[in-house]
Amino acid sequence: MAQGFAIKRYNRAVVLLSIAYVVLLISALVVIKRAGLTGPLAYALAILPALPIIGMFAAIGLYLVRESDEYLRLLRVRQALVASGFALSIATAWGFLEAFDLAPHIEAYWIAVIWFAGLGVGSCVNVALAARQQ
Amino acid sequence: MKNRLKSLRAERGWSQVDLAERLEVSRQSVIAIETGRYDPSLPLAFKIAELFDLAIEEVFTSPSKES
Repeated sequence: MAQGFAIKRYNRAVVLLSIAYVVLLISALVVIKRAGLTGPLAYALAILPALPIIGMFAAIGLYLVRESDEYLRLLRVRQALVASGFALSIATAWGFLEAFDLAPHIEAYWIAVIWFAGLGVGSCVNVALAARQQ
Repeated sequence: MKNRLKSLRAERGWSQVDLAERLEVSRQSVIAIETGRYDPSLPLAFKIAELFDLAIEEVFTSPSKES
């Protein structure tokens, strides 16, 4: 089977959402930080870069629903579960370090970045499990 | 779960890609099933058995009967 329909749609969504993220982030930075925008409009503008990231989570969910190849779906679900455990574990540990003034404060959006890095960890787990089962 | 997928495929002269196309799955899936790394769902197991005109138990060995 050539590259599946579901993964093609997912890849296209990720490219479009990545472009939207860069555009919205730069717009928010320019208008809020440089122009000094405040008030409700600043809140609305500040939340805009989050929307494409939320869209990526939705795209992953839709991919899992649309993927007709059950084995590939299993791999991706496992990868996402590993990523979730990875990101939540780091966020929890960091939170306690912060609470005891042992680590600097980091913005919460880094949890999403760590989750995406966790997908790489999940991919390594899939490879390791496949090698062990052979 | 052990299975005869690799030998059945070889008997017909099909490559893993050929089998994957017939089953409408990825080659990765065929490899995982052939090597026993992944046990297919019942619908996919039926599809595999029907492709070879065999009963499921002629393709897959029941775990309780594996030695």
